[in-house]
Amino acid sequence: MNAIWMEHISKSFHGTYANKEISFSVKQGEIHSLLGENGAGKTTLMKILFGLYRPDQGEIRINDKEVKIHSAHDAIAYGLSMVHQHFVQVENLTVTENIIVGHEPKRGIFLDRKGAEQKVKELIDRYHFRLDPKEKIENLSVGERQKVEILKALYNDASILLLDEPTAVLTPPEVSELFEMLRNLKRENKTIVIITHKLKETLEIADRITILRKGETICTCNVKDTNEERLAELMVGRPVSFEVKRLPWKEDAPVRLELSHISLSRQKKKVLEDISLQVRSGEILGIAGVEGNGQTELIEVITGIRRQTGGTISCEGEVISDTTPKKMLQYIGHIPEERGVRGFVKGFANWENFILGYHNRAVYGTHGLLNLKKIRSTAEEAIKRYDVRTTGVDQTTDSLSGGNQQKLIIGRTLMHQNRIILAAQPTRGVDIGAIEYIHAELMKMRDQGSAILLFSADLDEVVKLSDRIAVIYEGRIQEERKTEDFSKKELGYYMLGGVGENE
Amino acid sequence: MGAQILTLLSGMVRVAIPISFAALAGMLSERVGIVNMGLEGIMLIGSFFGVVGSYLSGSAWIGLLFAIAAGAVTGLVLAVLTVGFKCEHVLAGLGINMFASGITVVLLQAIWNSKGKSEMVAGLGKWKLPVISQIPIIKDIIGNISPLFYLLVLCVLLLWMLLYRTPTGLRILVIGENPELAGTMGVNVYLVQYLFVIISGMLAAVGGAYLSIGDIDMFSKDMVSGRGYIALAMVILGNWKPTWVALAGLVYGFAESMQFRLQAVSIPPQLVQMLPYLFTILVLLFARRKSMAPAASGKHYYQKGE
Amino acid sequence: MSKAKKLVYILISFLLSVMIASAIIAFSGYSPSEAYSAMISGAFGSTYNLAQTIGTSIPLIFAGLAMAAGAKTGIFNIGIEGQILMGALPAAIAGHYIKGIPAVLHIPLCILLAAVCGGLWALLAALIKNRLHISEVIITIMLNYVALYLVEYLVNYPFKSEGMIVRTEEIQESAELAVLIPHTRLNAGIIIALFLVVAFWFFFYRTKLGYELRATGSNLKAAETAGISNRKNIMISMFLSGAIAGIGGAVEVMGVQGYYISNMTTGYGFSGIAIAVMGGNEALGTLASALLFGALSAGSSSMNRTTNIPGEFITVLQALIIIFVSTPGIILAVEKIIRRKKVAA
Repeated sequence: MNAIWMEHISKSFHGTYANKEISFSVKQGEIHSLLGENGAGKTTLMKILFGLYRPDQGEIRINDKEVKIHSAHDAIAYGLSMVHQHFVQVENLTVTENIIVGHEPKRGIFLDRKGAEQKVKELIDRYHFRLDPKEKIENLSVGERQKVEILKALYNDASILLLDEPTAVLTPPEVSELFEMLRNLKRENKTIVIITHKLKETLEIADRITILRKGETICTCNVKDTNEERLAELMVGRPVSFEVKRLPWKEDAPVRLELSHISLSRQKKKVLEDISLQVRSGEILGIAGVEGNGQTELIEVITGIRRQTGGTISCEGEVISDTTPKKMLQYIGHIPEERGVRGFVKGFANWENFILGYHNRAVYGTHGLLNLKKIRSTAEEAIKRYDVRTTGVDQTTDSLSGGNQQKLIIGRTLMHQNRIILAAQPTRGVDIGAIEYIHAELMKMRDQGSAILLFSADLDEVVKLSDRIAVIYEGRIQEERKTEDFSKKELGYYMLGGVGENE
Repeated sequence: MGAQILTLLSGMVRVAIPISFAALAGMLSERVGIVNMGLEGIMLIGSFFGVVGSYLSGSAWIGLLFAIAAGAVTGLVLAVLTVGFKCEHVLAGLGINMFASGITVVLLQAIWNSKGKSEMVAGLGKWKLPVISQIPIIKDIIGNISPLFYLLVLCVLLLWMLLYRTPTGLRILVIGENPELAGTMGVNVYLVQYLFVIISGMLAAVGGAYLSIGDIDMFSKDMVSGRGYIALAMVILGNWKPTWVALAGLVYGFAESMQFRLQAVSIPPQLVQMLPYLFTILVLLFARRKSMAPAASGKHYYQKGE
Repeated sequence: MSKAKKLVYILISFLLSVMIASAIIAFSGYSPSEAYSAMISGAFGSTYNLAQTIGTSIPLIFAGLAMAAGAKTGIFNIGIEGQILMGALPAAIAGHYIKGIPAVLHIPLCILLAAVCGGLWALLAALIKNRLHISEVIITIMLNYVALYLVEYLVNYPFKSEGMIVRTEEIQESAELAVLIPHTRLNAGIIIALFLVVAFWFFFYRTKLGYELRATGSNLKAAETAGISNRKNIMISMFLSGAIAGIGGAVEVMGVQGYYISNMTTGYGFSGIAIAVMGGNEALGTLASALLFGALSAGSSSMNRTTNIPGEFITVLQALIIIFVSTPGIILAVEKIIRRKKVAA
């Protein structure tokens, strides 16, 4: 029996197709991977399935019965449940409260808190989740919060779980734990759809795969009949290279950026503790770690947005850590994470965003005025050089695709300041074609002598690009080695707080 | 001296009534994610229509019903603008305030042919409840007080129970922090928002009605004088919790009550009139640093994701 | 949304507001056509009326620019009412008590003083906001009331002029702004206003600081990440906003009344909000909206004299405009319905 069966699904926004005549079917009790780049249409398809969008045309059947899903409420009634990538939780409420909202057990007109806690506890025990139903979300780790997301689905007697990029924020051991849980759920005859762009993990856990590209179904195949290269090619539409060429690493190159005993305390909590790092010319130092272990704060300290409590930052011998953010950005080119929030200004044109952070340079105008001609011509150059697909410097940046926005931002950084580069999540939410391009650009900069500090939650990316890796955990550097001296397992061990030699 | 303190305290309670109603209204609205900047206007509408209802029917209680209805309608308008059409909350509220200010004067002219005041109408009067008017100190503070005081106490209790003891209350709490959570769990977020913004309007209108038919038994132009905004500050002071918000109204009532005493002394009246507003600023200065404001308050939520 | 579309929406909003206001007028027992014809002739009917219209727009241009300046940086400066007062009174005082200097010095001095006082009053709100991280809306509204009573006190006691009327002493001739058409409100302040319109545009679109302020207003975090100091910029913006408002107050004193009198600037601040919203927070849009509102206001005074309709009807119209212009969703929804009907047909 098919748990899900979708046929001829089409949906367009403002005249462009997000989904075009898509067929998608999932057998009951299987783990099915929905694979595709960002913008391929996977999220749209899932939102249609979950009742958040209404399709322009198409038919949906759940358990071989035709249904109409007009809202999340309907979807839930049919046994569907969505486990989001970005957890949808309320921090200052408890695990129980987050799980039961919308389906609260009652006693008359009152809320039955005790009964609710009981029910949640039962579920936790049944699936071996190890959580305290009375704990507030703000006190939980990322892995535990994900468990809460899954519990939400199970509490509503979901028989079909849709998981959106579930492994994006997990360490290798946590991924294994998650996959173990998924296999348990499969044994209980639950159907699982994993929406992802991660090829390795798909091959590890899924039974079958459906690939979407540019809004259309490309193929549906069994996992055992395919491999990583083939999948990547189907996803992008052309062969994809996984290797990246680089010049040999020089051990004695001059140190460009030095962090010396950086510490940061906030409200009596130690956010960063005694961090010392060096980045040399011509190398990429990758910071690996689960999100939320101090990376964001470390970036803020390095770029001057936040003042450290102790320690110094020096560039080529000169201490720069006690100046303004403006000053520090003159030394360090910053490619920010969350580009929509931190990288560019919504509503600004490409040329305006191109000078963001660099607008004070004399070349862009003297006496406080802006030299529009110079700015526009430089922006045009950047757009050409960095392959930004846009109608021109006057187009608003927010109307570009994620990948092109990122290319513009990277172009901005690399053209203005490339002695020291801080790249934070440089390829997040960007399609494979652009990822290739961005990785190549970073390598080019490295080969030309830039010192690059890379922050990424994507372990594969860190391993692929970095010469050396430092693992951060709870604000401290657990271990630092040359990339080739780390095994995947060891990385996972240190990312979860292990110390000393791995047994 | 003792008598003076008692007069001060009873003044405190009387001044607090409209503020507390409006503050509860503001709190409830923000708890479902809508900043109600229009409290000032809704109070004005409540005070006006309270008088109109009393004038037309001869009964102040009918007037109160008129006020509540008018408040509900205005609340609905605010909800339609902010939830339905995604207007900036602050602008929608300010628009309502301006509208109320203008329309009440226009109608004042149309009904009573007056440019500033309405006629005197039947008021709600005061209640002397059997037990309360006998307890020694209490009787001097609330022994002889507008029935709206008791309504206020009832509202505080009901709101507290609603928020912390009912399923709907949990939904409100969640919507105020992260409406998407409620939405993905199948809750009709828009419905909850509409419903409680309307109730917010009703509460604020009652507060406004106190100023007219609960106190001076008539309407005069712009009689709310900033209380709607002061109420918003009291929401902050009360940390968005029903009991504390209502008590914050008392704090303000104390300050304004003091102001009246000072007017008797020979300080220029204008300087004394400044005090409630300076007081409010001071209060905000000392309000808790870690704000417990509902995280999603002021933001727009899109139900279908389109 | 393209600029042309925006303009169409604003026009439609205006028309909708007029229609609803007419309905209210009719419901209250007056005649809308009578009201509008009185207003239009009152605004444009003669040279005198036209001059009055432009003259009435002058303070509104300042108020609108003040609000727009704040809005561009992401601030809702509702304190314009108070900042206007804090500019008007110092101008009146400096205009009277400083004697023996030529107009070419006196006028700029008074204007500058008004700008600084208005700016500082706004800066006060910004400082409080910085400390407390509370919405500036409540703070500025409270400060409006404080300013109002403070100024009332000063006018009633220390700076009260001789005689029955509660006002300050008349300013010296050297502080007067020339009246361009006799017995109207149209004075040389219009030149200052127009200059500020151009300066506003130039500042925000051709200078680095203006660029930073716009970045802060559109995306605080991105600006911060780019090294822009949002704290500093918000304070600069509030100061500028208050300064513009203060100048507006001063111009009313120096070009129209010749002294400060109670309630002379009431309502300008709130009109300023409507004007800025309608003008899309841009220089030219604000100017156009201010002229429109000036026409409405001048027309309504005339309407009030000739008919029985209260002037507050203008407030109703302004409120409707604020609501419709800042809720494009309404017109978008109507557009959607029309589009669906077309597809079905």
